[in-house]
Amino acid sequence: MDTFGLLYEGLLSALQWQNLIYAFIGVTLGTAVGVLPGIGPALTVALLLPVTYKLDAAGSLIMFAGIYYGGMYGGSTTSILLNTPGESASIVTALEGNKMARKGRGGPALATAAIGSFIAGLIATLALAFIAPWVVKIALMFGPADYFALMVLAFVTVSAAFGDSPLRGITALFIGLGLGLIGIDLQSGQARLAFGIPDLLDGIEVTTLAVALFAIGETLMIASTSANVKDEVMAIKGSVWMTLEDWKRSWAPWLRGTAIGFPIGAMPAGGAEIGTFFSYAAERQLTKHPEEFGEGAIEGVAGPEAANNASAAGTLVPLLTLGLPTSATAAIMLAGFQQFGLQPGPLLFTNNASLVWALIASLLVANFMLVVLNLPLVGLWVRLLNIPKPWLYGGILVFATLGTLGANGAMSGHLGPISFSFELMMLLAFGVLGYLLRLFGYPIAPVVIGLILGPMAEQQLRRALAISQGDFTALVHSPIAIGLYVIAAAAVLVPLWLRMRGKGDVLSQMAADED
Amino acid sequence: MTTGGPNLARRPDGAALVIALILAVIAGVIIWQTSQMRLPPVQQRVGPTVFPYVIAAGLLALSLGTLVQALRGSFPPREKGDMGPMLWIVAGLLAQIMLLSTAGFAIATGLLFAFTAKGFGRGPLWQTIPIGIVFALLVWFIFARGLQLSLPAGPLERLLP
Repeated sequence: MDTFGLLYEGLLSALQWQNLIYAFIGVTLGTAVGVLPGIGPALTVALLLPVTYKLDAAGSLIMFAGIYYGGMYGGSTTSILLNTPGESASIVTALEGNKMARKGRGGPALATAAIGSFIAGLIATLALAFIAPWVVKIALMFGPADYFALMVLAFVTVSAAFGDSPLRGITALFIGLGLGLIGIDLQSGQARLAFGIPDLLDGIEVTTLAVALFAIGETLMIASTSANVKDEVMAIKGSVWMTLEDWKRSWAPWLRGTAIGFPIGAMPAGGAEIGTFFSYAAERQLTKHPEEFGEGAIEGVAGPEAANNASAAGTLVPLLTLGLPTSATAAIMLAGFQQFGLQPGPLLFTNNASLVWALIASLLVANFMLVVLNLPLVGLWVRLLNIPKPWLYGGILVFATLGTLGANGAMSGHLGPISFSFELMMLLAFGVLGYLLRLFGYPIAPVVIGLILGPMAEQQLRRALAISQGDFTALVHSPIAIGLYVIAAAAVLVPLWLRMRGKGDVLSQMAADED
Repeated sequence: MTTGGPNLARRPDGAALVIALILAVIAGVIIWQTSQMRLPPVQQRVGPTVFPYVIAAGLLALSLGTLVQALRGSFPPREKGDMGPMLWIVAGLLAQIMLLSTAGFAIATGLLFAFTAKGFGRGPLWQTIPIGIVFALLVWFIFARGLQLSLPAGPLERLLP
């Protein structure tokens, strides 16, 4: 069946009323959580994963699609009205968007972000639908050695290529890889680094680690540093609607942002924020109103927001077709798939075709729901922004522990007569780790990606070496693998060269922090 | 906040030295635990010990790199953290963990909520603890009854229909 037919079937399935309800709940929860200050899409999906535990695979993934897109929308609202970007991909939006809000043009800023996100999401999701089958065809030619090379490339780009210090990025990655060793080795059945603790035999849950690093670590960081910083929420004055002039100035940036964002997200490199920076730079070059940049130019909101959403959809290309997560959000989504025993990758498209296409179709549905919901409900989101910090972070911790308990509530730890949840203890320990990482300027996303991708990389490596009977040169026999290693080397060397030429500032701004 | 960029103050960074040490210790633990593994006699050439050794070697190299940066004082400046609020939050989490199995979700989580609020400067506890418990009970009702999540029940939860 061709892509149109498959997508049509997917749409039929996504438009069944119970799936529509799942999508609706997903977008509403996703937006509501994503809009909260300090919560980016990665944490949004990690916190809301437990909500989907009791659903069937299809319903759960459809709700997940809604949560993912909803979290993205919510994040842009926060950065425009509060100037506290919930995620690094919204930094650029905050740059111009918050300036617009300060001038009383918050309404049009939100509108251009929402409509731009819609258009970008629409085009990028369709692009995903058409590109994915091609990538699957290529992926089916990949051998274990090629997969291993692909994962090395992902490791390199996620940890070393961007951010202000390759050393700290790679250290974060290796902490994740080390955590990934814990548990029973899938191929030999032997326990590794479990220290005789039964709870560790299953390995460390990606969601526990992600929630701990993002939610607990962030809460500790904010509590210890910025108790006296007061954030100011911008009231929305005047009309929410865009004028004809706003439309004229927005449509081209939307399309350019989409064109920039989607390929960057779709590459196995990761980092939605990179696309937003490129888009911002492009709009700044092309604008007819250069004097407005830095003072609240609508192009500076429209382009990057479109780029952000387009690359969010692009991230799903390597995730669904190769099983390769390139952002913390994608890593958590991969964990969501695994909870249903589904392994994203080329085989998913053949074995669970109806599920994949229902998921892609519900991304389209979620996108429509969001543009309809988001603007009329903006008053409600603003009220969420005004929750005082003590209640906000109290609530975040309640939901962080709730999700962890919901995933694994076994009271398997013992301290004298008291039995306690070992999983919550790990949440606390990783939370402290998250605080320390933040304190010393280590990026968070490589830890999460190392944990989930490390065991997968090991599996491919051992498979490749088993085929070659232990001959390590087999790793570089195929042209695909060689090509991937060359790209990986370039991803390390080019930024190094740029840094030596004094362009380090640009790179450190591209730090892949949250997403 | 400590000022001074790289190279300005070429003093060794104490905390960074500790990080280098911790990385080396983790590598040591991985090597030690992996060497303790008893491999079955018939084993593939690339068994379950190769990857751990590779990662431990990587961690050792990173530890060295961190050591160099620590000695050159080229770690980024950081804010001096205020320990008080953090201790409240950690205490809240510990209280919740220890109370969950006996007192149930609402009471344990209510304490976590109140202690966190206290960490952010909102008190007094005799007011925030009841607020937290009512909030947590509501959350329990929605998730345990509505979404069928298995959350520990205590005396308060059993009162609910």
